[in-house]
Amino acid sequence: MAANRWRRFADWDNRPLRLDRFAVEDAENGFAAFRSPHDPKPAVEIVDGRVVALDGVAEADFDMIDIFVARYHIDPAVAPEAMAMPSSEIARMLVDMNVPRTVLTRLAHGMTPAKLAEVVAELNAMEIAFAYSKMRARRTPGNQGHVTNAKDDPLQLAADAAIAVGLGFDEIETTMRVSRNAWSNALACCVGAAVGRAGTLFQCASEEAEELKIGMAGFTSYAETVSVYGTEHAFMDGDDTPWSKAFLATAYASRGIKMRCTSGAGSELLMGFHESKSLLYLEARCLCLQRAMGVQGTQNGGIDGAPVTATVPGGVRELMAENLIAVWLDLECASGNDARSTESEIRVGAKILPYLIGGSDLICSGFGSILKYDNSFNPSLLNGEELEDYLVLQRDFEADGGLTPIGEERALDLRIRAVDAIAAVFEELGLSEPTRDMKESVVVASGSDETRSYSAGQVAHISEAIQARRIDVIDVIRALDARGFREEAENLLYVVKLRISGDYLQTSAVVRGGRVVSAVNDPNDYLGPGTGYRVSEARRQEINGIRDVLDRETVLSQEAEYARHVAHGIALRGMGEAGVGGDPREVVIGVSPAFGIRLFRTLSGIPIDDLLRALVAGIGEGGGVPRIVRLRHTADTSFLGLSAARLSGSKVGIGIQAKGTAVIHHADRLPHNNLELFSNAPITSIDHYRALGFNAARHAQGELPEPVVVPQHGEAMGSRFHARVALIYAIETSLTEDGAAPEEIALTFAEAAA
Amino acid sequence: MTERLGVGDYPLAERRPELVKGRGGKPLEAITLEAVVAGDVTLDDLRITPDALRRQGAIARDAGRATLAANFERAAELCDVPQDVIMQVYELLRPGRARDKGPLLDAARTLRETYGAHRMAAFVEEAAAVYEQRGLYTYRF
Repeated sequence: MAANRWRRFADWDNRPLRLDRFAVEDAENGFAAFRSPHDPKPAVEIVDGRVVALDGVAEADFDMIDIFVARYHIDPAVAPEAMAMPSSEIARMLVDMNVPRTVLTRLAHGMTPAKLAEVVAELNAMEIAFAYSKMRARRTPGNQGHVTNAKDDPLQLAADAAIAVGLGFDEIETTMRVSRNAWSNALACCVGAAVGRAGTLFQCASEEAEELKIGMAGFTSYAETVSVYGTEHAFMDGDDTPWSKAFLATAYASRGIKMRCTSGAGSELLMGFHESKSLLYLEARCLCLQRAMGVQGTQNGGIDGAPVTATVPGGVRELMAENLIAVWLDLECASGNDARSTESEIRVGAKILPYLIGGSDLICSGFGSILKYDNSFNPSLLNGEELEDYLVLQRDFEADGGLTPIGEERALDLRIRAVDAIAAVFEELGLSEPTRDMKESVVVASGSDETRSYSAGQVAHISEAIQARRIDVIDVIRALDARGFREEAENLLYVVKLRISGDYLQTSAVVRGGRVVSAVNDPNDYLGPGTGYRVSEARRQEINGIRDVLDRETVLSQEAEYARHVAHGIALRGMGEAGVGGDPREVVIGVSPAFGIRLFRTLSGIPIDDLLRALVAGIGEGGGVPRIVRLRHTADTSFLGLSAARLSGSKVGIGIQAKGTAVIHHADRLPHNNLELFSNAPITSIDHYRALGFNAARHAQGELPEPVVVPQHGEAMGSRFHARVALIYAIETSLTEDGAAPEEIALTFAEAAA
Repeated sequence: MTERLGVGDYPLAERRPELVKGRGGKPLEAITLEAVVAGDVTLDDLRITPDALRRQGAIARDAGRATLAANFERAAELCDVPQDVIMQVYELLRPGRARDKGPLLDAARTLRETYGAHRMAAFVEEAAAVYEQRGLYTYRF
């Protein structure tokens, strides 16, 4: 029976995209991004400076979130003014470059969750991205990376932390496969993060109480896994209340440790307590709550709920919208782009772009600096595998995504140094003595599958010893110094000293070049073109510094080197000016100016002696008589072919460039209306050239042979070859001479060419 | 601490280094690697002080961030509260840990009377009242 399906659907079935499952919009069951019939209308009622009704709920019916938002977020002095303004007017202010950010952050203090959600819902995705860029708190963008591995191997953690620091992440975050390993992970990452540069902030995501203890021991410098939720039930299932989380936030500040909360669309949906409200409205509640608690920032934008949010129509736009509310509320925003929300690389690229070009305090709240399988948080939107793609996106858009390319030698140096440093600390503190083989395997390993190092179980003993012996950061600094890692000891001390002044507790604080940079001393002052963050020339050069970039000198020296090897295989001797031939079987091969003089191989790597052999043989097999001329007035394939044809006794000629692009032409045709064109030189093989010669000879005899088809498989030929092509072709054009006459060429092949 | 600081004083470590001291009274420049190696620096020297938190609070307020300032002001009260007490209060504030408001009110009294943490005590008392109103004193595990 014939298949009753268009097979394109089968092709589509096999795309990575189809591993993503999409959900229908269903507000009743929580699957609605921006609007649900159960979302309240924005409203606030204030009596004697007290909020007595919030978004349609009377004070007596407030749940814990309402109470907290009413008491600590809503500014009664601003609310009447802000709530009275039409949402469409405020939406326009958000995208009006002439309205300063501070005017809008003040208004947000008087707006309820429903009002904030209603305003940002007025904006399309482009407007949200623009408003986000304008409203984010710190001017200079930054990024955060995950550093974890599947074995909790401390040697690899140290090496990967050093790489993350080298790449320029402002913050690195670790977590464990086995929760007991928290102390070992923390120690290993803080040592690795001290290699190469001072000031990278570090956190170890673990159970709330444990995380604070690790912070107290000085290993970590910030925390962000203090989650809040948009419904009371979800909050309680998360085993906290707004008061317990606010208390924790205060506790972190009291220890001089930077802290942000976490919230994101989809968490209430995943936890089963969504109250049939839209994702955005619930998230607006979370964000108002965070400002109310007095935290400096938020990790926001879906986070663990990003995948489920991306299944809903408009879900990705919603993630952008909630990030906008976060920065509008003047919170530092570590803007998600974290849990991998799709298997489609196109959806990944599209998701990251607005943040990359618009900037964010921390573009990813966990870029996977390690391989996907090593990410103990689960794969990130972008991972070790795709890191260079991201570096190239920065270069493409001249956008500062917070990262800087590092070369191979530098990467290896950092890894060796970090592994030696953590091994020294382990030995000095009597925790373990890693073998040389363990260390060497880690230094070169791309991921933990390739290491011969600690197992997660062995790490547990180290981790428990660190905790039981109350080893703290002072011990680690002294161990580093004792073993000659003075720079690392200084760097680690620098980070711990940050907590004395508390400067990095302010909104959006990171450390750049040994200075705390935050929304206080580096406020986003965007007011249109020429203002706000601009990529400096120095920074632009850093971003441009990706590896393996072609330049003219390299290409020319490669070609010259190749020429020295090949030139002896063929002799093309000039015999004086070429005339028009008389033989009706003649096929003239018109070679380009640099052919066999400066350039000696095609883009598919065929040496020109083999190429000419194939053409000559093919012409012979087709019953033609070859003659070779060099054309010096043009390097263009069409004109090479047409000029050759006009010299040919049969009126049929072949034009060929040294890079292998070829054409069969006829003297009576228009320049670009050839008989056959071989434009994809990189995939044109020796057999194709032989068939080209054969067909040219058949054309010469007035036949219409079956055209030679060079099969292609959708390769992006331009991206692979055009940089090289342009440099090579410039050699051809540099040898052209206006009006130069064609030259007869005598061809001899060296015997027994290898 | 009478001087009212603002965004112009930030970062304190750069612009007002004379005001920055660790818990043990050591100025920033005294906390060197040499001092650490010599055993002259403990983790306590690397702790933030209530004064530093109040100063950061003043800067945050000046920058238009009143809620952040309030958090720093509460945090200043917790600087002296030992870690285990902090963890006990945090645990009590989690849902279902307290069966009635008594333990929370006791914790608030300790914060106020032992540590002079008046804002924090009021905050815990507020939680106690809200938890009663919202029925949080129930069995969870």
